[in-house]
Amino acid sequence: MNLPPLQPMHYLIGGVVELLFALTSFYCLREFYSLTPTHPSDHPAMAAAFYIFLPLQYWLVWIDWVTMLTILIPVYAFLILPVLSMVKGVTADYLQRVAKIQWGLMLAVFCISHAPALLMLNLGGVPPVNLLFFLITIVQLSDVLQYVAGKLVGRTKLAPNVSPSKTVEGLVLGGLAATGVGAALWWVTPFTPLEAGAMALAIVVAGALGGLVLSAVKRSLGAKDWGGMIEGHGGALDRMDSVTFAAPLFFHLTNYFFAH
Amino acid sequence: MIGQLIVAATRILVGGQGMWVGTSPGDQQRIYFANHSSHLDTVLVWAAMPPALRGRVRPVAAMDYWGKGRIQRRIALGVLNAVLIDRQTRSSNPLEPLEQALRAGDSLIIFPEGTRGTGQLPGAFKPGLHHLAKNFPEVELVPVFLDNLRRALPKGSLLPVPLSCVARFGAPIHLEPGETKPAFLERARNAVVALA
Repeated sequence: MNLPPLQPMHYLIGGVVELLFALTSFYCLREFYSLTPTHPSDHPAMAAAFYIFLPLQYWLVWIDWVTMLTILIPVYAFLILPVLSMVKGVTADYLQRVAKIQWGLMLAVFCISHAPALLMLNLGGVPPVNLLFFLITIVQLSDVLQYVAGKLVGRTKLAPNVSPSKTVEGLVLGGLAATGVGAALWWVTPFTPLEAGAMALAIVVAGALGGLVLSAVKRSLGAKDWGGMIEGHGGALDRMDSVTFAAPLFFHLTNYFFAH
Repeated sequence: MIGQLIVAATRILVGGQGMWVGTSPGDQQRIYFANHSSHLDTVLVWAAMPPALRGRVRPVAAMDYWGKGRIQRRIALGVLNAVLIDRQTRSSNPLEPLEQALRAGDSLIIFPEGTRGTGQLPGAFKPGLHHLAKNFPEVELVPVFLDNLRRALPKGSLLPVPLSCVARFGAPIHLEPGETKPAFLERARNAVVALA
Protein backbone atom coordinates (compact mmCIF):
# COMPACT_ATOMS: atom_id res chain seq x y z
CA MET A 1 0.00 0.00 0.00
CA ASN A 2 1.18 3.53 -0.69
CA LEU A 3 1.52 5.77 2.33
CA PRO A 4 -1.17 8.48 2.38
CA PRO A 5 1.26 11.48 2.19
CA LEU A 6 2.61 10.14 -1.09
CA GLN A 7 -0.78 10.18 -2.77
CA PRO A 8 -0.96 13.72 -4.30
CA MET A 9 2.57 13.43 -5.69
CA HIS A 10 1.74 9.98 -6.98
CA TYR A 11 -1.24 11.32 -8.90
CA LEU A 12 0.64 14.32 -10.22
CA ILE A 13 3.49 12.22 -11.58
CA GLY A 14 0.97 9.68 -12.88
CA GLY A 15 -1.02 12.35 -14.67
CA VAL A 16 1.98 13.94 -16.36
CA VAL A 17 3.45 10.58 -17.39
CA GLU A 18 0.12 9.41 -18.79
CA LEU A 19 -0.34 12.57 -20.78
CA LEU A 20 3.13 12.21 -22.28
CA PHE A 21 2.49 8.61 -23.27
CA ALA A 22 -0.96 9.42 -24.63
CA LEU A 23 0.61 12.08 -26.86
CA THR A 24 3.30 9.60 -27.89
CA SER A 25 0.59 7.10 -28.83
CA PHE A 26 -1.19 9.81 -30.79
CA TYR A 27 1.92 10.68 -32.81
CA CYS A 28 2.82 7.03 -33.37
CA LEU A 29 -0.70 6.22 -34.54
CA ARG A 30 -0.68 9.23 -36.85
CA GLU A 31 2.63 8.10 -38.33
CA PHE A 32 1.42 4.53 -38.75
CA TYR A 33 -1.83 5.48 -40.48
CA SER A 34 -0.12 8.13 -42.62
CA LEU A 35 2.30 5.57 -44.07
CA THR A 36 -0.37 2.91 -44.41
CA PRO A 37 -2.45 3.10 -47.54
CA THR A 38 -6.08 3.00 -46.47
CA HIS A 39 -9.21 3.89 -48.37
CA PRO A 40 -11.37 6.98 -47.71
CA SER A 41 -14.09 4.58 -46.59
CA ASP A 42 -11.85 3.62 -43.65
CA HIS A 43 -12.40 7.10 -42.27
CA PRO A 44 -14.96 5.99 -39.62
CA ALA A 45 -12.67 3.21 -38.39
CA MET A 46 -9.66 5.51 -38.14
CA ALA A 47 -11.74 8.22 -36.47
CA ALA A 48 -12.87 5.65 -33.87
CA ALA A 49 -9.27 4.58 -33.31
CA PHE A 50 -8.13 8.17 -32.69
CA TYR A 51 -11.09 9.69 -30.93
CA ILE A 52 -12.60 6.74 -29.04
CA PHE A 53 -10.15 3.90 -28.46
CA LEU A 54 -7.03 5.99 -27.78
CA PRO A 55 -8.63 8.17 -25.04
CA LEU A 56 -10.60 5.22 -23.66
CA GLN A 57 -7.49 3.07 -23.33
CA TYR A 58 -5.64 5.79 -21.42
CA TRP A 59 -8.68 6.41 -19.26
CA LEU A 60 -8.72 2.71 -18.34
CA VAL A 61 -5.03 2.95 -17.46
CA TRP A 62 -5.79 5.99 -15.30
CA ILE A 63 -8.59 4.28 -13.35
CA ASP A 64 -6.45 1.13 -13.12
CA TRP A 65 -9.00 -1.24 -14.64
CA VAL A 66 -6.44 -3.86 -15.64
CA THR A 67 -8.88 -6.44 -17.04
CA MET A 68 -10.56 -3.92 -19.29
CA LEU A 69 -7.36 -2.25 -20.50
CA THR A 70 -6.13 -5.69 -21.47
CA ILE A 71 -9.17 -6.52 -23.59
CA LEU A 72 -10.49 -3.18 -24.87
CA ILE A 73 -8.42 -3.14 -28.05
CA PRO A 74 -7.73 -6.86 -28.62
CA VAL A 75 -11.40 -7.73 -28.16
CA TYR A 76 -13.74 -4.75 -28.56
CA ALA A 77 -11.75 -2.69 -31.08
CA PHE A 78 -10.98 -5.93 -32.94
CA LEU A 79 -14.70 -6.51 -33.39
CA ILE A 80 -15.89 -2.94 -33.88
CA LEU A 81 -13.28 -1.57 -36.34
CA PRO A 82 -14.00 -4.07 -39.16
CA VAL A 83 -17.69 -3.25 -38.80
CA LEU A 84 -16.91 0.45 -39.28
CA SER A 85 -14.73 -0.30 -42.32
CA MET A 86 -17.50 -2.37 -43.85
CA VAL A 87 -20.30 0.21 -43.52
CA LYS A 88 -19.50 2.07 -46.74
CA GLY A 89 -19.57 -1.18 -48.68
CA VAL A 90 -16.09 -0.97 -50.25
CA THR A 91 -14.70 -4.52 -50.36
CA ALA A 92 -11.50 -3.84 -52.34
CA ASP A 93 -8.50 -4.78 -50.14
CA TYR A 94 -10.91 -5.08 -47.23
CA LEU A 95 -8.88 -7.57 -45.17
CA GLN A 96 -5.61 -5.68 -45.74
CA ARG A 97 -7.18 -2.36 -44.74
CA VAL A 98 -8.79 -3.79 -41.61
CA ALA A 99 -5.59 -5.57 -40.60
CA LYS A 100 -3.51 -2.43 -40.99
CA ILE A 101 -5.88 -0.37 -38.89
CA GLN A 102 -5.82 -3.05 -36.18
CA TRP A 103 -2.02 -3.25 -36.22
CA GLY A 104 -1.62 0.49 -35.87
CA LEU A 105 -3.96 0.62 -32.89
CA MET A 106 -2.37 -2.40 -31.21
CA LEU A 107 1.19 -1.11 -31.55
CA ALA A 108 0.75 2.60 -31.06
CA VAL A 109 -1.96 2.58 -28.38
CA PHE A 110 -2.41 -0.83 -26.75
CA CYS A 111 1.27 -1.75 -26.48
CA ILE A 112 2.62 1.68 -25.58
CA SER A 113 -0.10 2.27 -22.97
CA HIS A 114 1.38 -0.59 -20.92
CA ALA A 115 4.35 1.61 -20.04
CA PRO A 116 2.32 4.20 -18.06
CA ALA A 117 0.13 1.35 -16.78
CA LEU A 118 3.14 0.31 -14.68
CA LEU A 119 2.43 3.34 -12.47
CA MET A 120 -0.84 1.79 -11.37
CA LEU A 121 0.73 -1.38 -9.98
CA ASN A 122 0.84 -1.84 -6.22
CA LEU A 123 4.34 -3.01 -5.37
CA GLY A 124 4.41 -2.73 -1.60
CA GLY A 125 6.88 -0.03 -0.58
CA VAL A 126 8.48 0.54 -4.00
CA PRO A 127 7.20 3.61 -5.90
CA PRO A 128 5.82 2.22 -9.19
CA VAL A 129 7.41 5.08 -11.14
CA ASN A 130 10.71 3.25 -10.53
CA LEU A 131 9.46 0.42 -12.74
CA LEU A 132 8.78 2.80 -15.59
CA PHE A 133 12.25 4.23 -15.12
CA PHE A 134 13.65 0.67 -15.16
CA LEU A 135 11.78 -0.23 -18.37
CA ILE A 136 12.68 2.92 -20.31
CA THR A 137 16.31 2.86 -19.13
CA ILE A 138 16.84 -0.75 -20.16
CA VAL A 139 15.04 -0.42 -23.50
CA GLN A 140 16.85 2.73 -24.58
CA LEU A 141 20.21 1.64 -23.16
CA SER A 142 19.87 -1.70 -24.91
CA ASP A 143 19.21 0.07 -28.23
CA VAL A 144 22.21 2.35 -27.76
CA LEU A 145 24.59 -0.36 -26.52
CA GLN A 146 23.59 -2.71 -29.34
CA TYR A 147 24.28 0.05 -31.82
CA VAL A 148 27.67 0.94 -30.27
CA ALA A 149 28.78 -2.70 -29.88
CA GLY A 150 27.66 -3.37 -33.44
CA LYS A 151 29.71 -0.45 -34.75
CA LEU A 152 32.79 -1.56 -32.77
CA VAL A 153 32.87 -5.32 -33.27
CA GLY A 154 29.85 -6.13 -35.45
CA ARG A 155 30.61 -8.49 -38.35
CA THR A 156 27.67 -10.82 -38.87
CA LYS A 157 24.51 -9.17 -40.08
CA LEU A 158 21.53 -10.25 -38.02
CA ALA A 159 18.77 -9.61 -40.54
CA PRO A 160 20.20 -7.84 -43.60
CA ASN A 161 16.85 -7.45 -45.35
CA VAL A 162 14.92 -6.26 -42.35
CA SER A 163 17.32 -4.01 -40.48
CA PRO A 164 20.67 -3.73 -42.29
CA SER A 165 22.53 -2.03 -39.44
CA LYS A 166 21.84 -4.71 -36.80
CA THR A 167 24.56 -7.31 -36.13
CA VAL A 168 24.62 -10.52 -34.09
CA GLU A 169 27.65 -9.29 -32.11
CA GLY A 170 25.91 -6.00 -31.36
CA LEU A 171 22.76 -7.76 -30.23
CA VAL A 172 24.56 -10.21 -27.93
CA LEU A 173 27.13 -7.83 -26.42
CA GLY A 174 24.80 -4.81 -26.16
CA GLY A 175 21.98 -6.99 -24.86
CA LEU A 176 24.19 -8.59 -22.22
CA ALA A 177 25.52 -5.21 -21.12
CA ALA A 178 21.97 -3.85 -20.77
CA THR A 179 20.99 -6.99 -18.84
CA GLY A 180 23.94 -6.38 -16.50
CA VAL A 181 22.90 -2.77 -15.95
CA GLY A 182 19.38 -4.06 -15.22
CA ALA A 183 20.68 -6.45 -12.56
CA ALA A 184 22.75 -3.62 -11.03
CA LEU A 185 19.61 -1.49 -10.82
CA TRP A 186 17.79 -4.09 -8.68
CA TRP A 187 17.71 -1.73 -5.71
CA VAL A 188 15.23 0.65 -7.36
CA THR A 189 12.88 -2.26 -8.12
CA PRO A 190 10.92 -4.79 -6.07
CA PHE A 191 13.20 -7.49 -7.59
CA THR A 192 16.28 -9.33 -6.26
CA PRO A 193 19.44 -8.79 -8.38
CA LEU A 194 18.86 -12.08 -10.17
CA GLU A 195 15.19 -11.27 -10.85
CA ALA A 196 16.13 -7.78 -12.04
CA GLY A 197 18.63 -9.31 -14.46
CA ALA A 198 16.02 -11.75 -15.75
CA MET A 199 13.48 -8.93 -16.19
CA ALA A 200 16.07 -6.83 -18.03
CA LEU A 201 16.85 -9.78 -20.30
CA ALA A 202 13.14 -10.16 -21.10
CA ILE A 203 12.97 -6.43 -21.89
CA VAL A 204 16.10 -6.63 -24.07
CA VAL A 205 14.85 -9.63 -26.05
CA ALA A 206 11.33 -8.23 -26.52
CA GLY A 207 12.74 -4.82 -27.44
CA ALA A 208 15.11 -6.26 -30.04
CA LEU A 209 12.32 -8.33 -31.59
CA GLY A 210 10.00 -5.32 -31.56
CA GLY A 211 12.61 -3.28 -33.39
CA LEU A 212 12.98 -5.97 -36.04
CA VAL A 213 9.24 -6.50 -36.49
CA LEU A 214 8.51 -2.79 -36.83
CA SER A 215 11.38 -2.46 -39.25
CA ALA A 216 9.84 -5.23 -41.36
CA VAL A 217 6.44 -3.51 -41.24
CA LYS A 218 8.02 -0.21 -42.21
CA ARG A 219 9.88 -1.73 -45.13
CA SER A 220 6.79 -3.55 -46.36
CA LEU A 221 5.22 -0.09 -46.57
CA GLY A 222 8.19 1.09 -48.64
CA ALA A 223 9.60 3.56 -46.12
CA LYS A 224 12.95 3.97 -44.40
CA ASP A 225 11.70 6.04 -41.47
CA TRP A 226 8.27 6.21 -39.87
CA GLY A 227 8.20 9.97 -40.08
CA GLY A 228 10.24 13.13 -39.82
CA MET A 229 9.30 14.38 -36.37
CA ILE A 230 12.85 14.45 -35.01
CA GLU A 231 15.56 15.55 -37.45
CA GLY A 232 17.96 12.64 -38.08
CA HIS A 233 16.04 10.22 -35.89
CA GLY A 234 13.06 9.50 -38.09
CA GLY A 235 9.67 9.56 -36.47
CA ALA A 236 8.20 8.84 -33.07
CA LEU A 237 7.69 5.16 -33.92
CA ASP A 238 11.39 4.81 -34.80
CA ARG A 239 12.12 5.67 -31.16
CA MET A 240 9.26 3.68 -29.67
CA ASP A 241 9.60 0.47 -31.71
CA SER A 242 11.35 -1.49 -28.93
CA VAL A 243 8.97 -0.15 -26.28
CA THR A 244 5.94 -1.47 -28.15
CA PHE A 245 7.05 -5.06 -27.55
CA ALA A 246 8.86 -4.65 -24.23
CA ALA A 247 6.17 -2.70 -22.34
CA PRO A 248 3.28 -5.23 -22.41
CA LEU A 249 5.62 -8.12 -21.57
CA PHE A 250 7.26 -6.30 -18.67
CA PHE A 251 3.87 -5.10 -17.39
CA HIS A 252 2.39 -8.58 -17.32
CA LEU A 253 5.47 -10.27 -15.86
CA THR A 254 5.57 -7.71 -13.04
CA ASN A 255 1.82 -7.74 -12.50
CA TYR A 256 1.73 -11.53 -12.34
CA PHE A 257 4.75 -12.17 -10.15
CA PHE A 258 5.26 -9.05 -8.03
CA ALA A 259 2.12 -6.89 -7.71
CA HIS A 260 -0.16 -7.14 -4.70
CA MET B 1 -3.74 35.24 -33.49
CA ILE B 2 -6.65 33.20 -34.89
CA GLY B 3 -4.48 32.53 -37.90
CA GLN B 4 -1.74 31.10 -35.69
CA LEU B 5 -4.29 28.95 -33.85
CA ILE B 6 -5.56 27.59 -37.15
CA VAL B 7 -2.03 26.84 -38.31
CA ALA B 8 -1.24 25.13 -34.97
CA ALA B 9 -4.40 23.02 -35.11
CA THR B 10 -3.65 22.09 -38.71
CA ARG B 11 -0.10 21.06 -37.79
CA ILE B 12 -1.26 18.85 -34.90
CA LEU B 13 -4.10 17.23 -36.83
CA VAL B 14 -2.85 16.86 -40.37
CA GLY B 15 0.76 18.03 -40.36
CA GLY B 16 0.61 20.25 -43.40
CA GLN B 17 4.26 20.22 -44.34
CA GLY B 18 5.03 22.18 -47.50
CA MET B 19 7.45 20.45 -49.87
CA TRP B 20 8.80 22.75 -52.55
CA VAL B 21 9.82 20.24 -55.22
CA GLY B 22 9.82 22.25 -58.44
CA THR B 23 10.10 25.80 -57.16
CA SER B 24 10.85 27.74 -54.01
CA PRO B 25 8.54 29.95 -52.00
CA GLY B 26 8.84 33.34 -53.62
CA ASP B 27 7.34 36.77 -53.81
CA GLN B 28 6.51 36.75 -57.52
CA GLN B 29 2.86 36.83 -58.46
CA ARG B 30 1.54 33.28 -58.77
CA ILE B 31 -1.57 31.20 -59.14
CA TYR B 32 -1.20 28.03 -57.11
CA PHE B 33 -3.56 25.38 -58.46
CA ALA B 34 -4.21 22.20 -56.48
CA ASN B 35 -6.25 19.02 -56.46
CA HIS B 36 -9.35 19.28 -54.31
CA SER B 37 -10.59 16.45 -52.08
CA SER B 38 -11.55 17.93 -48.72
CA HIS B 39 -12.70 21.03 -46.90
CA LEU B 40 -9.28 21.18 -45.25
CA ASP B 41 -7.51 21.76 -48.58
CA THR B 42 -7.78 25.54 -48.47
CA VAL B 43 -6.39 25.79 -44.95
CA LEU B 44 -3.70 23.19 -45.62
CA VAL B 45 -2.15 24.91 -48.66
CA TRP B 46 -2.31 28.18 -46.80
CA ALA B 47 -0.66 26.70 -43.69
CA ALA B 48 2.03 25.03 -45.81
CA MET B 49 3.24 28.42 -47.01
CA PRO B 50 5.95 30.29 -45.11
CA PRO B 51 4.31 32.84 -42.75
CA ALA B 52 5.59 35.77 -44.80
CA LEU B 53 3.72 34.55 -47.88
CA ARG B 54 0.42 33.80 -46.14
CA GLY B 55 -0.65 37.44 -46.08
CA ARG B 56 -0.23 37.89 -49.81
CA VAL B 57 -1.47 34.58 -51.18
CA ARG B 58 -5.25 34.53 -51.22
CA PRO B 59 -7.20 31.27 -51.39
CA VAL B 60 -10.18 31.28 -53.70
CA ALA B 61 -13.12 29.78 -51.86
CA ALA B 62 -16.69 28.94 -52.75
CA MET B 63 -19.19 31.40 -51.33
CA ASP B 64 -21.76 28.64 -50.79
CA TYR B 65 -19.44 26.98 -48.23
CA TRP B 66 -17.08 29.59 -46.83
CA GLY B 67 -19.56 32.47 -46.96
CA LYS B 68 -22.36 30.50 -45.31
CA GLY B 69 -21.95 30.68 -41.55
CA ARG B 70 -20.66 33.61 -39.55
CA ILE B 71 -17.59 31.73 -38.30
CA GLN B 72 -16.66 30.40 -41.73
CA ARG B 73 -17.09 33.88 -43.16
CA ARG B 74 -14.92 35.45 -40.45
CA ILE B 75 -12.15 32.89 -41.04
CA ALA B 76 -12.39 33.11 -44.83
CA LEU B 77 -12.33 36.89 -45.02
CA GLY B 78 -10.58 37.94 -41.82
CA VAL B 79 -7.90 35.27 -41.50
CA LEU B 80 -7.36 33.61 -44.86
CA ASN B 81 -8.08 36.82 -46.79
CA ALA B 82 -9.96 34.61 -49.22
CA VAL B 83 -11.51 35.62 -52.51
CA LEU B 84 -15.06 34.30 -52.43
CA ILE B 85 -16.65 33.21 -55.68
CA ASP B 86 -20.24 32.42 -56.34
CA ARG B 87 -20.51 29.00 -57.97
CA GLN B 88 -24.23 29.44 -58.63
CA THR B 89 -24.03 32.82 -60.27
CA ARG B 90 -25.44 33.43 -63.73
CA SER B 91 -23.43 36.59 -64.21
CA SER B 92 -21.41 36.91 -67.39
CA ASN B 93 -18.01 36.58 -65.71
CA PRO B 94 -17.92 34.58 -62.46
CA LEU B 95 -14.14 34.97 -62.40
CA GLU B 96 -14.34 38.73 -62.00
CA PRO B 97 -13.33 38.72 -58.27
CA LEU B 98 -10.23 36.64 -59.16
CA GLU B 99 -9.21 38.97 -61.96
CA GLN B 100 -9.67 41.90 -59.64
CA ALA B 101 -7.31 40.33 -57.10
CA LEU B 102 -4.74 39.50 -59.79
CA ARG B 103 -4.90 43.05 -61.16
CA ALA B 104 -4.20 44.25 -57.62
CA GLY B 105 -1.03 42.12 -57.60
CA ASP B 106 -2.21 39.36 -55.24
CA SER B 107 -1.35 35.69 -55.66
CA LEU B 108 -4.14 33.11 -55.63
CA ILE B 109 -4.75 29.52 -54.55
CA ILE B 110 -7.35 27.86 -56.75
CA PHE B 111 -8.85 24.40 -57.10
CA PRO B 112 -9.51 24.09 -60.84
CA GLU B 113 -11.67 20.98 -60.49
CA GLY B 114 -14.28 23.34 -59.08
CA THR B 115 -15.52 20.80 -56.57
CA ARG B 116 -14.14 18.12 -54.28
CA GLY B 117 -13.27 14.86 -56.01
CA THR B 118 -13.25 11.38 -54.52
CA GLY B 119 -10.43 9.69 -56.42
CA GLN B 120 -6.74 9.66 -55.63
CA LEU B 121 -6.02 11.76 -58.73
CA PRO B 122 -7.77 15.00 -59.62
CA GLY B 123 -10.71 15.03 -62.04
CA ALA B 124 -10.98 17.18 -65.17
CA PHE B 125 -10.13 20.88 -64.76
CA LYS B 126 -12.72 23.59 -65.36
CA PRO B 127 -11.82 26.18 -68.03
CA GLY B 128 -11.27 28.96 -65.45
CA LEU B 129 -7.56 28.28 -65.15
CA HIS B 130 -7.12 28.67 -68.90
CA HIS B 131 -9.03 31.91 -68.84
CA LEU B 132 -6.76 33.33 -66.14
CA ALA B 133 -3.61 32.01 -67.82
CA LYS B 134 -4.62 33.77 -71.05
CA ASN B 135 -5.49 37.09 -69.44
CA PHE B 136 -2.53 37.17 -67.04
CA PRO B 137 0.36 35.64 -69.01
CA GLU B 138 3.02 37.06 -66.67
CA VAL B 139 1.64 35.24 -63.61
CA GLU B 140 3.40 31.94 -62.75
CA LEU B 141 1.09 28.92 -62.56
CA VAL B 142 2.35 26.60 -59.81
CA PRO B 143 0.88 23.07 -59.59
CA VAL B 144 0.26 21.74 -56.07
CA PHE B 145 -0.58 18.20 -55.02
CA LEU B 146 -2.26 17.66 -51.67
CA ASP B 147 -1.52 14.17 -50.42
CA ASN B 148 -3.56 12.16 -47.92
CA LEU B 149 -6.30 14.72 -47.36
CA ARG B 150 -8.93 12.63 -49.07
CA ARG B 151 -8.25 10.03 -46.37
CA ALA B 152 -8.08 12.56 -43.53
CA LEU B 153 -11.39 14.23 -44.33
CA PRO B 154 -13.16 12.58 -47.23
CA LYS B 155 -16.20 14.08 -48.85
CA GLY B 156 -19.20 13.58 -46.61
CA SER B 157 -17.41 13.38 -43.25
CA LEU B 158 -17.16 16.11 -40.66
CA LEU B 159 -14.38 14.91 -38.37
CA PRO B 160 -10.80 15.10 -39.64
CA VAL B 161 -8.70 12.04 -38.84
CA PRO B 162 -5.11 12.92 -37.88
CA LEU B 163 -2.91 11.88 -40.80
CA SER B 164 0.25 13.60 -41.98
CA CYS B 165 -0.74 15.46 -45.11
CA VAL B 166 1.77 17.07 -47.42
CA ALA B 167 1.46 19.89 -49.95
CA ARG B 168 3.93 19.38 -52.82
CA PHE B 169 4.66 22.43 -54.95
CA GLY B 170 5.83 21.72 -58.50
CA ALA B 171 7.57 23.69 -61.27
CA PRO B 172 5.58 26.64 -62.68
CA ILE B 173 3.89 26.32 -66.07
CA HIS B 174 2.62 28.91 -68.56
CA LEU B 175 0.16 28.92 -71.42
CA GLU B 176 2.17 28.15 -74.56
CA PRO B 177 1.59 30.23 -77.71
CA GLY B 178 -1.07 28.57 -79.83
CA GLU B 179 -1.95 25.99 -77.19
CA THR B 180 -5.62 25.03 -77.25
CA LYS B 181 -7.80 25.21 -74.16
CA PRO B 182 -8.27 21.42 -73.72
CA ALA B 183 -4.57 20.79 -74.32
CA PHE B 184 -3.56 23.38 -71.73
CA LEU B 185 -6.06 22.13 -69.14
CA GLU B 186 -4.85 18.57 -69.64
CA ARG B 187 -1.22 19.66 -69.31
CA ALA B 188 -2.04 21.58 -66.11
CA ARG B 189 -3.83 18.57 -64.69
CA ASN B 190 -0.89 16.34 -65.57
CA ALA B 191 1.44 18.75 -63.78
CA VAL B 192 -0.56 18.13 -60.58
CA VAL B 193 -0.75 14.37 -61.24
CA ALA B 194 3.04 14.24 -61.72
CA LEU B 195 3.44 15.36 -58.09
CA ALA B 196 1.26 12.54 -56.75
